[in-house]
Amino acid sequence: MLNQLTISELTSRLARRDISARELTQACLDQIARVDGTVHAFISHDPADALAQADAADHELAAGVTFAQKPLLGIPIAIKDVLAVKGHPLNCGSKILGKFISPYDATVIEKMKAAGAVVFGRLNMDEFAMGSSTETSAFGITRNPWDPSRIPGGSSGGSAAAVAADEAIATLGTDTGGSIRQPAALCGCVGLKPTYGRVSRYGLTAFASSLDQIGPFTKNIEDAARLLGVISGHDPKDSTSVAEPVPDYVAALDGQIRGLKLGLPKEYLIGGLDPEVKAAVDAAVKQYAALGAEIVDISLPHTDYAVATYYIVATAEASANLARFDGIRYGQRVDGADPIELYTRTRGAGFGAEVKRRIILGTYVLSSGYYDAYYLRAQKVRTLIRNDFLNAFKQVDAIITPTAPTAAFKIGEKSGDPLQMYLSDIFTISCNLAGISGISLPCGFTRSPKLPIGLQLLGQPFGEATLLKLAHAYEQSTPWHREKPAPIA
Amino acid sequence: MAATDIDVKYVAHLARIGLTPDEEVKMSAHLAGILGYIEKLKELDVTGVEPTAHAVPMVNVLRPDVVRPSLAHEAAMSNAPAKANGLFLVPKIVE
Amino acid sequence: MEYEAVIGLETHVQLNTKSKMWCGCANAYGAAPNTQVCPVCLGLPGVLPVPNEEALRKTTLTGYLLNCEIPRFAKFDRKNYFYPDAPKNYQLTQYDKPTTANGFVEFEFQGGLARVRITRAHLEEDVGKSFHFDRNSGVDFNRAGVPLMEIVSEPDITSADMAYEYLNALKDILLYGGVSDCDMEKGMVRCDVNVSVRPVGTQELGAKIEIKNMNSFSGVRRALEYEIPRQIAVVKAGGKLIQSTRRWDDTTGITEEMRTKEHAHDYRYFPEPDMMPLAPTDEWLAEVRKLVVELPLARKQRFIREYSLPAPDAETFKNDVALGNYFEPLAKQSSNPKAVANWVINNLRAKLTELNEREKTEQSELGIEPADLQLTTLADLKFPPAALLELVGLVEAKTISNAAAQQVFAEMFATGKTPAAIVQEKGLAQVSDTGAIEKLCDEAIAASPGPVADYRAGKAAALNALKGYVMKLSKGKANPALAGEILERKLKG
Repeated sequence: MLNQLTISELTSRLARRDISARELTQACLDQIARVDGTVHAFISHDPADALAQADAADHELAAGVTFAQKPLLGIPIAIKDVLAVKGHPLNCGSKILGKFISPYDATVIEKMKAAGAVVFGRLNMDEFAMGSSTETSAFGITRNPWDPSRIPGGSSGGSAAAVAADEAIATLGTDTGGSIRQPAALCGCVGLKPTYGRVSRYGLTAFASSLDQIGPFTKNIEDAARLLGVISGHDPKDSTSVAEPVPDYVAALDGQIRGLKLGLPKEYLIGGLDPEVKAAVDAAVKQYAALGAEIVDISLPHTDYAVATYYIVATAEASANLARFDGIRYGQRVDGADPIELYTRTRGAGFGAEVKRRIILGTYVLSSGYYDAYYLRAQKVRTLIRNDFLNAFKQVDAIITPTAPTAAFKIGEKSGDPLQMYLSDIFTISCNLAGISGISLPCGFTRSPKLPIGLQLLGQPFGEATLLKLAHAYEQSTPWHREKPAPIA
Repeated sequence: MAATDIDVKYVAHLARIGLTPDEEVKMSAHLAGILGYIEKLKELDVTGVEPTAHAVPMVNVLRPDVVRPSLAHEAAMSNAPAKANGLFLVPKIVE
Repeated sequence: MEYEAVIGLETHVQLNTKSKMWCGCANAYGAAPNTQVCPVCLGLPGVLPVPNEEALRKTTLTGYLLNCEIPRFAKFDRKNYFYPDAPKNYQLTQYDKPTTANGFVEFEFQGGLARVRITRAHLEEDVGKSFHFDRNSGVDFNRAGVPLMEIVSEPDITSADMAYEYLNALKDILLYGGVSDCDMEKGMVRCDVNVSVRPVGTQELGAKIEIKNMNSFSGVRRALEYEIPRQIAVVKAGGKLIQSTRRWDDTTGITEEMRTKEHAHDYRYFPEPDMMPLAPTDEWLAEVRKLVVELPLARKQRFIREYSLPAPDAETFKNDVALGNYFEPLAKQSSNPKAVANWVINNLRAKLTELNEREKTEQSELGIEPADLQLTTLADLKFPPAALLELVGLVEAKTISNAAAQQVFAEMFATGKTPAAIVQEKGLAQVSDTGAIEKLCDEAIAASPGPVADYRAGKAAALNALKGYVMKLSKGKANPALAGEILERKLKG
C-alpha cells in the first residue's frame, strides 16, 4: 500500500512515474476513511483540496520538475491544528477560535508548498498544545493505533497517530515540553524537536514563545532528515529564528558513529521508570556500544527542577500569548453588556479546563508581588539547567535517555490529576528549557499489550545532523521501525 | 517563595476568564497542588545566576523600515464576529 | 499656607517611520478603517513581531537630543491588560530597560531658562482607534502597531504655563530631529498629566492625580489652570486628595474623576519572549549621532549672537526652520545680516504667505483636497537666494531707494528677473545728480506754500512733506538724503 511507504521510497517511484501523486494522496485519503473513525487523528481534512494539490504535483512531474528542485513533490503531509494554512481552519484543538479561517500561511507551510508537498488536514491535539495525551482537545480524543483504549501521547497526538496509522506519509507537530517526542514514542514513530531558532515559528500559534519549536513526525530517520532540511532556516518574520546554515541532513546519515560519545545521565533513572522501558533503553545503549559508540556516564544535576521551572515559564508566557483569544477580532464570541463581560464569558466558555488552569497559573506567577519569587527565579534555574547540558556537551556528542517513563497509558488514567500528567514529561522538558535538539525513535515494545517504547537522543544546539546520524545508525541495525500496529491493520 | 494559597477569583478576573463556582473550587485544589510542587525551586541557591529569557541568545534582531502590502480589507474582517462600516464591533466601551 | 503644584508629563509621540513598528503595514494617517492591517498588527494566532530599526534609530536620536544616556542594553516587555483596541491584549513596551534615560530639556520661560529633567524616552506601540455609537463601539486597527515613543518627565514642572512651554519646546526638538511630524490634529502627540500640590517649602509629594489622554497643549494648560486651584481648595478646606485618574472636558472646562470599572491595575510586565534584546554597538550609535541636529534654543541663541538679530527675529527663524535655513547662508555673505533678516521676514515671508493663500483658494475651488494642495515653498522661488542679497546690496549702496527696492522685489518674486535687470528696465536707479534734484526741490517749494511756511515758522517736521513731494516728482528715484539737504539749504537761504 502506497500510504505505508516512506518519502525516500515514494520519491523514487514518483520520479519514475510508476505511481502518481494523485494515487498516493488517494491512498492516504482511503486509509483515513478506513481507520480514522477509530483513531481520530484528524479534526478535519479537505479531500478535494488535497487531490487538487496532488494533480498540480503530477503536472509538475510531467513537466520535468525534479526532486532536486522540489524535494517533497507530491508527498502528502498533514498538519497539526496549531499551524496556520491559508484558506483552511485553524482551531488549535479549541472551541474558542470558532469558524476561524487563516488568511495567511505559516513560514513552514510556505516552505513545504514551495517544496511541492501536498499539505493537507488538521491534526488533533491537546487544546493550545497544553497536555500530554490529546485528551484536552475540544474535538474529541485521538486513540493510539497500537491500542485504541490508550492515549497517543500529546500534545501532537494526532500528528503521531496519523503517521503510525499510515494516514499521511509524514506530519508536522510542535514541541514545547515534549509534544513531538513523547507522542512519537507512544505511537512508535520518529519525532524530531529541532534546536530553538532552527525552524521559524511564524504561523505557529504560540503556547510558550521561548520554548515552542515545529518539527516532523516520520516513519523513519531518513524522512525526518528530508523534512527537517525543507522546514529549517532563517526567517526574517521570526526575530528568534537563527541565521545558521542548513546542512544536508540526509548526507549526514552515513552510519559513521564509531567513536562518537553518548552520555547516560544518572538523574534519568527515576522511580517511576517502567521496567520494560528501562530494559529497552538499556538494550539500546548496549546496541550503541556494539555499533562503536562510546558510552559515558554523565550528570545533569538540575533535572529534578525542570518540571517546576517549565510550569512557571511556559504558563507565564502562555497567559499573555492566549490573551488575544477574546472574541473581538475573530473566534467564537459570547456577548456581554460591556467588553469585560464579553471577555470573561467568551474565555470562560471557549477555553477548556486545562487551558484555564495554565492561564490562571501563568497570570498568578506574573502578578504583582510574585514575579521575583516565581518567574525570575524560574528563569535563573533555567540558566542552571541549560548550563548542565552545555557542560555535558563538552564531554559527549549526544545524550541518551528514555523519551517517556512509561508506554501509552489508558484514556482517562491521568486526566484527573494534572500534576501526575505534568510529571510524566520529566525526560523531555529540559530539552526545551535548554533550547537544544532532541529526537525520539522506536527502541522496542512492551510485551502485553504490545506498545511502542521510545528512545530519546538529545543533541547540541544545531547538532541535528549528529543526532540524525546516531539515530539512523541505530534504526538501521534494529527492526522496530518496520513494525505496524495490528489493531488497525 | 510565595505562599501557595491563591485567590482564584481575583486571578481569573485578571485573566478575564469566567469560572463557575464549581470550576473555582476544582481550580483552587489543582493549583494548590501544583504551586506546592513548584515550591521545590526554593531549595536552590540562585544568587548571582543570570536569568535565561532565550536559550539561543542573540541581540539587535531588527527589520528595515520597508512598507509591505497589508491584507485586503475583506480578508482582514473575514473572521470578525461582528462588524459594521469597516469596523470591528464591540459592546459599548465605557471609560 | 501657600501651596505649589508639582507636575510631571508623559508625552506619547508617534514616530514618522514609513512602516509600522512590528510589521510592514504603512504608518500613514487617514486611510479607510482596517485597510492598513495585516495578521501581525491584528494579533492573529501565530504571528510574531520584528522591530523596525528606523523607529529604534529615531528613539535613540531623541535620546541624544534630550541629553539622555543611551544604555548598552535595552529590551521590550509585555504590559498585560485587556482592552478592545489592543489586538494582543498586551502592549509591547520597554519597562525596566528603556532605550534612553536620564536627560533634560531646556527652554525659555518667564524671561529666563527653565530645565525639566527627562526620566526616559522609550519605544512602544500604539493601539487601535475606537469610535463610540449609541449602543456599541467600533474599532479601527490602522493605528495599532504604529511606533510610539513615550517621553516621561520628572515632576519638575510647577505651573500650567511652564507645562505649556515645556511641551512646545519638546515638540520643537522632535520636529528639528525629524523623528515625528507632531501633528496634533492627527493625534500624533498625546499627553498624560500627573499633578499634585504641596505646601511651599515642603518636599513630600501630595497624592498624585493623573489627567489622561490630553491631545492639545492648550488643553493641558487649561486643565492645569483648573486642576491646580481645585486641589489647593480641597486641601485648604481640610479635605484629603487621593490618588486617582481624571478626565479633562474641553467643552465644560473642568476635570472629572473617571469611574473605571477596573480599579486594580496589575500589568504583569515580563520580558517579551518573541523578541531579542537590544545592545546598540559603537558603530550603530556613531551613525545615529551623525543625525544629531542643533537644538531650537541653541539655534535661536546663536542667531542672536552671530547675526546680531533682535530676539523676535531669531525666534521667527527658530520656529520657521526653512526660513531660517534660507536666511543663514545669505547672512553669512552680507555685511548687514539684520537688513537681510528684515527682507526675509517682512517681505519674502509676507509675499510667500500671500501667494500660498491665493493658491489655496484657487485649488480649493478646483476641488483639490487640503492634503493634496500644491503650494509654492522657498525651494520653488523664481529667483535665486543670491538675488535677494544683491537687492539688499543695492539699497545699502544707495543705488536704489527703499521704495524702489520694494518694486524690485515684487518684480523679481513674480518673474525671477535679476534686481540689476529690473532696476535698469524700470529706470529705478536713484538720482543723485544735484542739478536735477535742485530743479525738483524748487518745484516742490513753489507748489507747497503751507509746509514751507510751517518749516520757516520752526516746524522741522514740515520738511518731510516737502521731501515726500520731491520723491513723488522723481517717481521714487531721487536720493532722499540729498533732497533733504538741498531743501534745507534752499529754505534757510
